[in-house]
Formats: sequence, C-alpha cells, structure tokens
Amino acid sequence: MKKFKEKLSGRVFFALALSSISALALITVFIIVQGVPIIAEVGFVNFIFGMSWAPSHGEYGIFPMIIGSVTVTLGAAILGVPVGLCCAIFLSEFAPARLRNLFRPAIQLLAGIPSVVYGFWGLLFIVPFIRNVLGGPGLSILAGAVILAIMILPTVISISEVSILALPRQYKEGALALGLTHWQTIRSVILPSAKSGIVAAVILGVGRAIGETMAVIMVLGNAVAVPTSILDPVRTLTTNIGIEMGYASGPHRQALFATGIVLFVIIMALNSTAQYITRKK
Amino acid sequence: MKINPRVSEKIAKGLIWSAALSVLAVLVGIIIFILAKGLPIINWSFLTEIPRNMGRSGGVASPIVGTLFVAAVAVVLAVPFGIGTAFYLAEYTRENAVTRIIRFSAESLAGIPSIVYGLFGFIFFVIYLDLGWSVLSGGLTLAFMILPTVIRTSEEAIRAVPDTYREVSFSLGGTKWQTIRKAVFPSAIQGITNGVILGLGRCVAETAAVILTAGTALRMPASIFSPTRTMAIHFFILAREGISMDNAYGTAALLIILIFFINVVANALVNRFVAKGR
Amino acid sequence: MKIEIKDLNIFYQDKQAVFGLNLGIPANQILSVIGPANSGITSLLRSLNRLIDLTPDVRTEGRILIDGKSVYDSDVNVTELRRRVGMVFDVPTPLPISIFDNVAYGPRLRGKKGAGALSETVEEALRMAALWDDVKNRLKAPAMSLSGGQQQRLCIARVLALKPEVILLDRPCSGLDPISTAKIEDSLTQLKERFTIIIAPHNVQQAGRISNRVAFMLMGRLIEEGTNTEIFSNPKDQRTSDYVTGRFG
Repeated sequence: MKKFKEKLSGRVFFALALSSISALALITVFIIVQGVPIIAEVGFVNFIFGMSWAPSHGEYGIFPMIIGSVTVTLGAAILGVPVGLCCAIFLSEFAPARLRNLFRPAIQLLAGIPSVVYGFWGLLFIVPFIRNVLGGPGLSILAGAVILAIMILPTVISISEVSILALPRQYKEGALALGLTHWQTIRSVILPSAKSGIVAAVILGVGRAIGETMAVIMVLGNAVAVPTSILDPVRTLTTNIGIEMGYASGPHRQALFATGIVLFVIIMALNSTAQYITRKK
Repeated sequence: MKINPRVSEKIAKGLIWSAALSVLAVLVGIIIFILAKGLPIINWSFLTEIPRNMGRSGGVASPIVGTLFVAAVAVVLAVPFGIGTAFYLAEYTRENAVTRIIRFSAESLAGIPSIVYGLFGFIFFVIYLDLGWSVLSGGLTLAFMILPTVIRTSEEAIRAVPDTYREVSFSLGGTKWQTIRKAVFPSAIQGITNGVILGLGRCVAETAAVILTAGTALRMPASIFSPTRTMAIHFFILAREGISMDNAYGTAALLIILIFFINVVANALVNRFVAKGR
Repeated sequence: MKIEIKDLNIFYQDKQAVFGLNLGIPANQILSVIGPANSGITSLLRSLNRLIDLTPDVRTEGRILIDGKSVYDSDVNVTELRRRVGMVFDVPTPLPISIFDNVAYGPRLRGKKGAGALSETVEEALRMAALWDDVKNRLKAPAMSLSGGQQQRLCIARVLALKPEVILLDRPCSGLDPISTAKIEDSLTQLKERFTIIIAPHNVQQAGRISNRVAFMLMGRLIEEGTNTEIFSNPKDQRTSDYVTGRFG
C-alpha cells in the first residue's frame, strides 16, 4: 500500500507537469494553425509591411498597427520607466519604514486594478486634458502611453526593487565609507550593479505594455493609419484583435489570428531576452 | 560645469520623493474617484437585480454571479495542475532538459498577452470543442492564463521550505510522499495560497480573454454551459458604448472593492489562519 | 557486534570522503567518533541510516551489517531502516508544528494508532529525553517556542518515539550552552542501557565524559578505535595522542 502510494504520487505529479507544458504547445499550435494560412496567402512581406487594412476588400496589411504598438509602447516606457525606477530607489533606499509598508501593498493593488478601469479613467481625464491643452482629438498615442506608463509601474518597480535589495550590503557600505554621498552611491554603485535586474524589469514592463488591450482600446482612437504626431489616434496589434474579433469570420478571422502570431513572436522574443539577461548574472 | 555633490544629492532626493509620492497620489486619485462616483449607486437592488435594458437600468446581479462562477472554474482547474507541476519541479527532479523545458514553458506562458489567451480560448474551447460562449470556456481560458502564476509562486514557496525539514522527515522513516504531504506541504501552504489568490485576482480583473470566450450575455447563467458576462466585461461595455455612466461607476466601484478584498483582506486572513500553530 | 562496517568507501562525485573503513560497534554502549573537520564522520553516520542516499552524486562501496544484515541489500526497506536507526542533527531541527506533533510525527507515519497509545508513546519519549517536566503543560505549543537546548531534547524524544535500536547523533550539542549539554549527556548515559548510541561529539572532552568506546578518524580514514581509557590514556598512534591532547584539530 505504502509502495503503491509512493509510485502513484510520483506519476501523478509527472502527469500534472506534463499537462501543464502541453498547454503551451496547445496554445502555440492552435494560434499558428489558424493564422499561418492567411500569411501564406497574402505573403509575409505584404502582411507585415502592408499599409492597408481593409478586410472587406481582402486587404490585410498590419504595418500601421505595428507602428501603433511600437510608438505607444515606446511612449509608455519613456514616461513609465524613470518614474518606476525612482519609486524602486525610493522604496529600497529612502522610504521611511511606515511609508514603505503603505507603498508596497499600494503597488500590489495598482497591479490588481482591472485594466478597463485604467482605460475608463484615461478616457475621462487624460483624453480631455490632451484635447484641451495640446490639441488634436485627444484620443491619441500620448493618451495610450500615459495609461500604459501607469500600468507598467508595478512590474518595473517590483522587479527593480528586488534586484536592488539583492545587492550585498558591502557595496553600499564600501561606497559610503569612501565619502560618497548617498545619491553618488546610488548612481555610481547601486544602479550599475543592479543593471541586469533593472533591464529585465524594463523588458518585462514593455512586454506588458505591448500585450495590453482593453485599457488602450478606450483611449487610442483606433484609427488604422500611420501616425504623424503623438497626438494622432492609432490602432495597436492588440486593439485590432479586441475590436474586430467580435464579428470577424473566414479569412478576416484568420488575419486576426495572424496578428496574434506577430504579437506572440514579439512577446516571446522580449521574454527570452529578459530570461537570458537575468540568468547571465 | 560641475555640480556640487551636495546640490545634486538634494535635487535627486527631491525628484525621487516627488516621483514616489505622485505615483501614490495617482493611485489614490483613481480609487477615490471611482469610489466617490460609484458607491452612491450601489444599493440592495443594484446588487440583486439583473441588468435591464442592456444595462441602462436594473442591477448587476448576473455579472456578479458570472464573475464568481468563471473565476471559480478557473481556480479549481488551475490549482491542481499548477501545484502538481510545482511539486514535480521542486521535489521530483533535478535540473535537466525536462525541467528546463517545463520552466521555460511556464515563464513564456506567463508573458503571453491575455488577448492571445482569448484568441486561443475562442478557437479551441468555443469553436473546436464546441463549448460555445460559456462559463466553462471562459473559466478554462482563465485557467490557462493563471497557470504560470500558480506554478511559479508555488514552486518558490516549496523551494523556500528548509531542507532540514525534508531530512528530518526522511530520517524518521518517512517516505517521499509522506515527507511532501506532512513536512513540506504544511510549510509551503502559505506561499501557495498567496499565489492562488493572486491568480484569483487576475481572473476577476481580466476582460480581454473572457470577452472572447464567456460571451456578453446579460441573463443569469444557469449552468457552466451558459454564456455569461463578468463584471469587468459589463463595465467595459457600459463605459465604452456610453450606455449608463452611473451603472458603469457602480460596477467599477464593486470591482475595486472585490479586488481590494481579494488582494488585501483575503491575503491577511489566509496568512493568519495558515500561520497558526507555528 | 550490533553493527559491522566492512571496507566502507564513500565518494562524492570524484572526491572520496571515507577510505576503506572497518569498524565493529557493540550494542548498548556509547561510541564516540572523534576527529577534526572533514574527517568523513558525518558521511559515516549518514551512511548507517542511508540518509546519504538523498545527497546527489554520492556512491558507497563496501558493506554495513546491522544484526548481520546488510543495509544495502536490495530487499531492505529504507524507511524501515531509518526507523530502526534514528538520527539527531547538529542543529535542533523541530518541524514548524506543535511539540506533541513533532514527537508523534514518526509514529503517525507508521500508520494508525489510537489516540491513547499515541499520547503514551509521546509521554514516554519525552520522559526519556528529560523534557517531559518542561513541556507537559504546553504540548500544543509550537515547537519553535522552546529554547535551543529544549528543541534539541525534543529532537531526541522524536527519535526515541520511533523505538529505534540505534541512535546516531551528529554533534548534537555544538550550539548549546553547558547546562543544556549536561542534561543531554545525562540522558544519553541512561539511554545506552536500551539503545546502541553512536555520537560525533563536538569536542574531545565530551567524548571523554560519555563514551564507552572511542574511534578516531582523520581525513576519511579510521586511525584507531578502542575503549575510552585506551584512546585517552594509552593511544597506540601518535596522531591520536596529538589529537586528544589538543595538539591539533
């Protein structure tokens, strides 16, 4: 009986683990099977670099969406990363214990708030602000970038903070003992030593921004055109799927899966880079 | 031009403090705004009536039930697979090609955008397995989505259990299974539960993956095969299509309260309950 | 002889920890295995209950006979062996459960037992480890709430509850104060009536105080083994003499 339980438990755990990896295989297979035929039909280059997305005319070019995803994400990184890094430094170096104990759960809560709530808030505050102060329709790259900058903060803050806290105390003590000020120590010793963790934090934050859908649907305006300014509306790869999946069928639906493949590849590349960087140290 | 170290210290410190405080202010601002607008909407009939007139009037009873239903299906399915995989990785193997593949898969799964889970759930559960838009399709899709979270947090919790516990259990004549069940599991349960709660919170907050798999039906789900809409979907539709701002605020406030409860209160309760007897 | 060790070699990957060790251990006595750090003593103790099997990439050669039966035979039930050969570690290792549950851990693994019989076993074990009077009113308290010395006696009680034949103790008093150490030494001296005890003391003085026989190991080799008097008053090997008189180690 004991022997039997022993063998059974090992097999059950193995079977559970095997099922879990099958999940990834399953997702990959189904997305590819659905999306690849249309890429083959339209042609890889036409699909990626095509300027026109008109499913009713059989035109499937996602270049405007790629530009949309890249600009919005870049904007979110430019706005969000410095702020997130400051927060991480604040938490690990400056914050009084009481404030830190308030800040950490607050960041957790920030990560837990549904993305649609952020989008809604952006629609009510950020979009009108941009329209009234900077001009344009308000629904724009800038609005999306601001919302995503807030949404990637938890990722950037928590991973950078962990990598700063993981540094040996001696680094900091040694630098302070040499007569450097606290800020000089942070700039010249702490940040360079925690570099790989911080880079990984930024990459994972960027991955989160590229993948976000519902919040940006509400503030980007969703026009399929290559933007000329950050005040122009755009459509991203994710919002393209989110908006059209509800009614698409046939080759149109396949084209949305193909958009998913592009997204999938980008995210896999980003994550592998992040994994590689964190492992290298 | 060289800036005096003392001046740069002051500037840097000022910037860092103001960045941190403004993040806190934005968070508090969003929450207070939603609660201020939404709490007055919430009353007994809002909680107990199903939406009427596309959500223009009536309450949110069916989205509440739909949310809990879908999230429960997801957690019930993801927990055994996630925890089982974590135990396999942490206790049954040494680092080799198989564990590397499993871990790489789990980490990659964790980064996939929820909309891609939605695409997969739609084509696999809704169409291929012919489950239609339903609680089950939505729950299965979310189970796939939170699986990596559950695996990673559980594995971390299991690895954090000191090796001496295992040695003691073996030295007292315990088998591997007895050791895992009686010495490792009780010490790891707190971390594992925290991971499950994290996954539960993501299920409740998720929109993109469920809107493609659970549907947008307004009526009360009768079984796991009924289509439904979760609170997040309901809020999204009300707000985006401008159906009813009041009801949108009310739904959002409920969502935030629910998320707050799951993240903070449930965590504290679990920690207290599980930590007893230590 | 209760235990006979013949030509024992222990390897970790390509590093050898124990070299061709031969040793007979009589029943109902305390054998101290002394020697400086990295002498292979821990490896030796851990091979007796096959706890060493848990270490990756370890290989053992030779034979270990307990009551004439080799512990490495294929029909040996390892969990049963570990119940018969109990072990106490160098730092107190209570599990994060109550005092009672710690002592009851082993008996419970062996299968169902009435609540009455179980509490009898627990009380008996705690009495033998001289801990009963300290904890009888708070058996449900967390084991972590005990002091270091009490925790180590709890670990001894936990082993005794298995009703073992052999007890291995790997530097059990290394982190303890002199009073706790004295209490544990007292218990051990009484326990040898009923068990075969093999201890790696944390210093030579402890070996002198409690053991009937002493084995001296150096760099994985057994240098000399004999009665307490032989080793301390009349060692045959110069290295033994140097070690017990404190000239090195």
